[in-house]
Amino acid sequence: MAELQLKSNRFRIEREADWRRLEVLLEKVEQKSPRRLTTKELLEVPLLYRSALASLSTARSISLDQGLIDYLEALCTRAYFLVYGARTSLPDRLGRFFSEDWPGAVRALGRETLAATLLGVLGAVAAYWAVSVNPDWFYAMVPEGLSGGRNPTATTESLRKTLEGAGPDGLSVFATFLFTHNAQVAVTAFALGFALGLPTAFLLLTNGAMLGAFLALFISHGLGVEAIGWLMIHGVTELFAVTLAGAAGFSIGWAVAFPGARTRMAAASRAGRRAGTVMAGVVIMLFVAGLLEGFGRQLIQNTGARYAIAAASALVWGAYFYMPRRRRAP
Amino acid sequence: MSRAAAQRAAARAKAAPPMDVRASDARAFVTPEGVDLRLRVAGAAERASAFAIDVGILVLTLVVFSLLALFALAGLGRGAGRQGQEIVAIVWLLGFFLLRNFYFVGFELRPRAATPGKRIMGLRVIARSGERLTADAVFARNALRELEVFLPATFLFARGRGVDGLVILLGVIWTGVFLLFPLFNRDRLRAGDLIAGTLVVASPKKLLPPDLAERPLGAPDAAVFTQAQLDAYGVKELHVLEEVLRSADRRTMAAVATRIRAKIGWTEGPDMTDRTFLAAYYKGLRGRLEHRMLFGHRRKDKHDRV
Repeated sequence: MAELQLKSNRFRIEREADWRRLEVLLEKVEQKSPRRLTTKELLEVPLLYRSALASLSTARSISLDQGLIDYLEALCTRAYFLVYGARTSLPDRLGRFFSEDWPGAVRALGRETLAATLLGVLGAVAAYWAVSVNPDWFYAMVPEGLSGGRNPTATTESLRKTLEGAGPDGLSVFATFLFTHNAQVAVTAFALGFALGLPTAFLLLTNGAMLGAFLALFISHGLGVEAIGWLMIHGVTELFAVTLAGAAGFSIGWAVAFPGARTRMAAASRAGRRAGTVMAGVVIMLFVAGLLEGFGRQLIQNTGARYAIAAASALVWGAYFYMPRRRRAP
Repeated sequence: MSRAAAQRAAARAKAAPPMDVRASDARAFVTPEGVDLRLRVAGAAERASAFAIDVGILVLTLVVFSLLALFALAGLGRGAGRQGQEIVAIVWLLGFFLLRNFYFVGFELRPRAATPGKRIMGLRVIARSGERLTADAVFARNALRELEVFLPATFLFARGRGVDGLVILLGVIWTGVFLLFPLFNRDRLRAGDLIAGTLVVASPKKLLPPDLAERPLGAPDAAVFTQAQLDAYGVKELHVLEEVLRSADRRTMAAVATRIRAKIGWTEGPDMTDRTFLAAYYKGLRGRLEHRMLFGHRRKDKHDRV
């Protein structure tokens, strides 16, 4: 009888039921979620996975049935990612992100954050000076679509109006556009860090320049105090977010330029993962800034209150990121 | 060991993986249990198709949301004029931003680690190191998508003359480098994959095909091959024969059967169909090769003589 049935065929017949069982369980998890498995089924998965792996090893050494080996490889791969996949639940992961990962990653980028801040300030100061000397510089610093009618030809009265939040028609579109624009600047500053950080530096400079040009315009009309309140109620959060994004970009650029003992690839991906954590937080900050801009600024007209919110947000972010804290036991 | 023997051993080790046909795409991926899963890197065309599907889904979602918003406005009795335009503009600006930032991240963080587009194409994202795919890695790889795809798109839609036009052109070229990046490395890494330390591999669902040696069609025992006849071919030819039998194309089978009959000098059973003959020969050949494999020799192909 041995001649009639191949050994590899008998091997397959003996184990096929286990493979099919594993397939059914995998199907259940992939279509729905791991929570749909009963405790008994959950305990079954690793056992079935290891037996399938053993089958694959055996099949490779005794069977020449390519269809079978392909099937087992695909099955083991699917099971591998289930068994060695995410261990933590989403709430756990989020908790760890807010309590440790995010502030930790931001602190680790201290040097880059300082550099990004200096670049932004440099841009703002240079633009402020340039526009004060010659108002025509304003058009070079601020793109047409972003100014929303606020330019050197505007009267003091119309400028004051824009600060009160009762702007012209289409203000909501304008606000949305500003929000997505700033988020765009942040994400691009990060993404371009890859190119040795030079485009990131340029973006930070121009972003600072825009701010400086706006301030110069409003201060020349004697509206400086109100304008700063109008900008900073959300600007503290937003500018901080853009600066952090730039810092994240720089850290990648630095790793690409000076990889140290690692290979360039390994250094870049290590920096990239830490920067990715920072960026996930930056998107959250931008969202908060968007809320402050959309609601806070329209509802709160008092300049003093605006300053208070700006100062409070600066304090909260500063304390959250940089306040020394006890390390949680591992 | 003499140098020549060492070289021969090295050459054999190099040629050892049985997946000769697609060896260039296979990557060693060893599980903690010590088994190499031999993952296949996803090709550029598969990646592009998956992305096209995802963008299609995003655009469709936005269109549906815009229509819903418009209907809601109409339901409130407001004109569809300026306000309608405004609503649509907000939906597109905010919606596209939120969707494109959270759609990819959200789906790749789930157990399947794939967006619907990747799912359809049978792909998934893994960490290059073989460790767990972390949320940070997923975020980093998708944040760079901004640079690779959406930035070139904004340059393409930008209009300008003279110096502006030149700047736009340079922008398209510069960002195009990143868009085409996956074509210039063997792991098909996007810049995002490079930064995040991830890799996109094929992880298809496969059904267990029937064992061709189990139920040889027709009358298998009518055909008994001599050892010399079975020694005409090696593993490579066996796998080709397996493919031919599985695809069951009549004309290919006839051609292959004719070739094999001539090669092994088979004259018996002229009334045997091509399919029956091939199935019987497949079983005989596989039995012979597996037998030799058990004794330590895996015969690579027909030129491999010991």
